[in-house]
Amino acid sequence: MSVDVAELSSRSRVHYLNESYGVKSWLLTTDHKRIALLYLVSITFMFLVGAAAAALMRIQLLEPNGAIVQPETYNKLFSIHGIIMVFFFLIPSIPAVLGNFLVPMMIGARDVAFPKLNLLSWYIYVVGSLFTLYCVIFGGVDTGWTFYTPFSSTYSNTHVLAAALGIFITGFSSILTGLNFIVTIHRMRAPGMTWFRLPLFIWSIYATSVIFVLGTPVLAITLVLLTLERVLHVGIFDPALGGDPLLFQDLFWFYSHPAVYIMVLPAMGVVSELVAAYSRKRIYGYSFVAFSSLSIAFISFLVWGHHMFVSGQSIYAGLVFSFMSFLVAIPSAIKVFNWTATLYKGSISYDAPMLYALGFIGLFTMGGLTGLFLASLATDVHLNGTYFIVAHFHYIMVGGAVMGFMGGIHFWWPKITGRLYPDKWARLAALIIFAGFNLTFFPQFMLGYLGMPRRYAVYPAQFQVLNVMSTAGATILGIGYMIPLIYLIWSIRYGPAAGPNPWRAKGLEWQTPSPPPKENFDETPIVTEEAYAYATSPPERPRA
Amino acid sequence: MPPVRRSALGPEMTATETRPRALEEQFESLDAQHDARKLGMWIFLATEVMFFGGLFMTYTIYRELYLPGFEQGSHLLEVRWGALNTGVLILSSLTMALAVRSAQVAARRFITIGLLGITMLLGTAFLAIKFLLEWRHDYAQHLVPGINFAYAGPYAAHVQLFFCFYFFMTALHALHLIIGIGILAVLAFLTWRGRFSDQYYSPLEVAALYWHFVDIVWIFLFPLLYLIGGR
Repeated sequence: MSVDVAELSSRSRVHYLNESYGVKSWLLTTDHKRIALLYLVSITFMFLVGAAAAALMRIQLLEPNGAIVQPETYNKLFSIHGIIMVFFFLIPSIPAVLGNFLVPMMIGARDVAFPKLNLLSWYIYVVGSLFTLYCVIFGGVDTGWTFYTPFSSTYSNTHVLAAALGIFITGFSSILTGLNFIVTIHRMRAPGMTWFRLPLFIWSIYATSVIFVLGTPVLAITLVLLTLERVLHVGIFDPALGGDPLLFQDLFWFYSHPAVYIMVLPAMGVVSELVAAYSRKRIYGYSFVAFSSLSIAFISFLVWGHHMFVSGQSIYAGLVFSFMSFLVAIPSAIKVFNWTATLYKGSISYDAPMLYALGFIGLFTMGGLTGLFLASLATDVHLNGTYFIVAHFHYIMVGGAVMGFMGGIHFWWPKITGRLYPDKWARLAALIIFAGFNLTFFPQFMLGYLGMPRRYAVYPAQFQVLNVMSTAGATILGIGYMIPLIYLIWSIRYGPAAGPNPWRAKGLEWQTPSPPPKENFDETPIVTEEAYAYATSPPERPRA
Repeated sequence: MPPVRRSALGPEMTATETRPRALEEQFESLDAQHDARKLGMWIFLATEVMFFGGLFMTYTIYRELYLPGFEQGSHLLEVRWGALNTGVLILSSLTMALAVRSAQVAARRFITIGLLGITMLLGTAFLAIKFLLEWRHDYAQHLVPGINFAYAGPYAAHVQLFFCFYFFMTALHALHLIIGIGILAVLAFLTWRGRFSDQYYSPLEVAALYWHFVDIVWIFLFPLLYLIGGR
């Protein structure tokens, strides 16, 4: 094997990975890049736990009467799958891993504004996930990830408190991360890095951070109220004592709907970066894409009632929430159209990250459009509580957020580790994931439309074929996720050196060596051009 | 102390000048650091507003639904203690602001420490009145939901709901105050050690923002809990 110059330099040079060694140098680090890696390891572990629960569920549903577990166990499986995947994988995935790594680098800063808070947020996340793992190991929880009262407050005999406490604690990790990003983006930009020269990933992370800061505390207080109700039996949500169980749903969804945008907005930011880099074009309608992130964040706080159309909420509230939900489709569509327009006449190369980005665009569009079925009052009555909903939000959360995460990890992996992964394997895995995902979840749209309710351990025999298809798809999807896990770990040791900019991409993070030095840049960069200034962009018109 | 790199210095500084001790690695100047910290605290306070906001909204809904019960509950509270506590906290905000000012104009160290001490004392007085006088009284009257609650009059369930909110909101507020007193204790110690100057006092100012916020929460809690239905 020939040892080229880049290889040699990455070995001899001091960078953030080799500037110090030992467990302590990682557990006490305040370097945003190392904290990103701590998060990457933690969320991958939680992902595997959540995926194991999903695997058992899909095996169970191979047979109409349930293949392996009792219905009580099945309830615990879908609850723990939802809780872990939403609160411990998807919400921190892109912000805490890619955001932590990239936000300071993309804006030309040495670190985030509050590095110690950044480390603290990881520790808070770990403590929260320990509570959740305790709950998983010692008997589970059966309320679903939504904790609806009065089941969660009065009737459930499972570990509701441990699960709620875990989520409550982890919320503070999100809040601190969001706070850190907002201050960093406002105050730490390099000279010349104006707001409209920021990469669109930064705009997405900014919008996400606003939701973190304003939404998470409401969920926190709701879970505290739930805990009080459960421990002291005081009646805040108990109708027998004058309380209102619907109020819990209002408070829960006030956070948890915007949380969907916490998951998908950062993925949209990643896709904007990928589409521009692999089309070698400036993103079409930069400011529209930027502001659509902010407007999605804003509108996301005004749509929570669409989860409650059939809950007994006022019909007038339902009308308003339905209208607002349609409204949020506009900025989402702006993004999709602008990515597509960026592709037009671009020099497109189909590297693995781009395959994920294109997969995102297609799957997010399907997830978004089926969301409109559910935002319509009349069709929602038929579809609410069925597998149609399950399919819809998996198209957003897995087809959207996870595809974005995978694309981002592949795109920035050479920057993070200084190594290239095997490109053919990566493309193959991306295609397997895309195929497996669709085979898993498209049949669920049909199941839901035919009336199969979600969250049941058994089902009528006529639904078996579609369920077997879905389980087959889940198997393919699982294999698809294992392949990158293997070759990415392999590449850390055996991958060829990447050099500073293997994709010839624009952006400050590519102008520093891979892996970057601890201070990110040897000299504070001075920004003189807009984001995505690729050569094929039309040259600026000379002044007359 | 981190090594000084040329690029980290402002244009007017040369590499031989050292960075101030309080300046963290990631910032270019003390001013930038001060600005970032203040913005960080304001954003944290926005989080806090939403945290208390969820409770205030829940309270408002139930008060709207069950006004008679909430009025009865409110009339069982000792308004004179609540009023006294309001005065105590407003006074503590004044001494807190004076403490920041004294650091800002580089007054003598003992003045800043003294003002911080008075602020902490006032905070402690608030907690003493709250816990030792009010809550003990409430407990003796069987007004603590879930632990010791008995109420014979009409709307008993709604009175209980009122006391749920009363205890939870005041407890959450008291928790914030306890944290605030702890922060001030640390800052008083650091002041004594000579860590602050007229160039560098941002921890004091940031802590003061938090302290004032905790006061303002009480300014809202007092009328909402003690003054319902005219007394």
